[in-house]
Amino acid sequence: MTSNRTEYRRGATRRQVLAGAGALTLIGASTGRARAQATGDFAAALKKTLGEAQPKEGKVAIKAPEIAENGATVPITLTVDAPMTPASYVSRITLLADGNPNPEVAVFHLNPKSGKAEVSTRIRLAKTQNVVAVAELSDKSLWTAKKEIKVTIGGCGG
Amino acid sequence: MAEARVKLPDKVKKGEPFEIKTLVSHPMETGQRKGADGKIVPRMIINKFVARLNGEEVFSADLAPAISANPYLSFFTVANAGGKLEFEWIDDQGQKSAYTAELKVEG
Repeated sequence: MTSNRTEYRRGATRRQVLAGAGALTLIGASTGRARAQATGDFAAALKKTLGEAQPKEGKVAIKAPEIAENGATVPITLTVDAPMTPASYVSRITLLADGNPNPEVAVFHLNPKSGKAEVSTRIRLAKTQNVVAVAELSDKSLWTAKKEIKVTIGGCGG
Repeated sequence: MAEARVKLPDKVKKGEPFEIKTLVSHPMETGQRKGADGKIVPRMIINKFVARLNGEEVFSADLAPAISANPYLSFFTVANAGGKLEFEWIDDQGQKSAYTAELKVEG
């Protein structure tokens, strides 16, 4: 057992080992009450972003892989269809992940000087789940998009 | 605090949006992970990023632990005149990393 383990550690990169450890932690965390808690957190996070308003589907596009092999670093690009002029621009894009222990991922603040409403980053996903983007335009309208990303190795520990 | 890298075009056209890519080295410790001693490793992340052109904000981001280690952010901006682009990353302890670049605008 010990020697196998050593062999495994020697063979894997540090990142893989860390990602693996993360996946194990998550298996523990995603059972029973902990899971219900996470779902409640997502609803609360969404409400915090939306207030009482109902977003419409459209204008926002999420570009990300269908299947992410490593949940520790998943590339994602958010694009919003808006001219980015002082008369009409995107003021805020909120990114949430409904299956993470903490559903908030990022809030991006834009203005007409941003020129183009496109933002890319790399995110952690604990397991297969939906990522949700909500964009607020200068006329206060809210637009949303959702995309499921399948995760092979969870990334909350890595 | 941390080492930052920024990539932007050598020169840009007046009024035409261009992309800026940024990367900063940081573990983005989530506060969820257990260390070798079995204890939770305390959260320590970069929670704020700001980009300014000649002192005016062009883009900013509030970041949560779900942003990967060594945070990568790319975004756009547009300029009518050249000047100083400043980038700032702020962590949970209020420590800042900064990077400054000269922007050349033609046309």
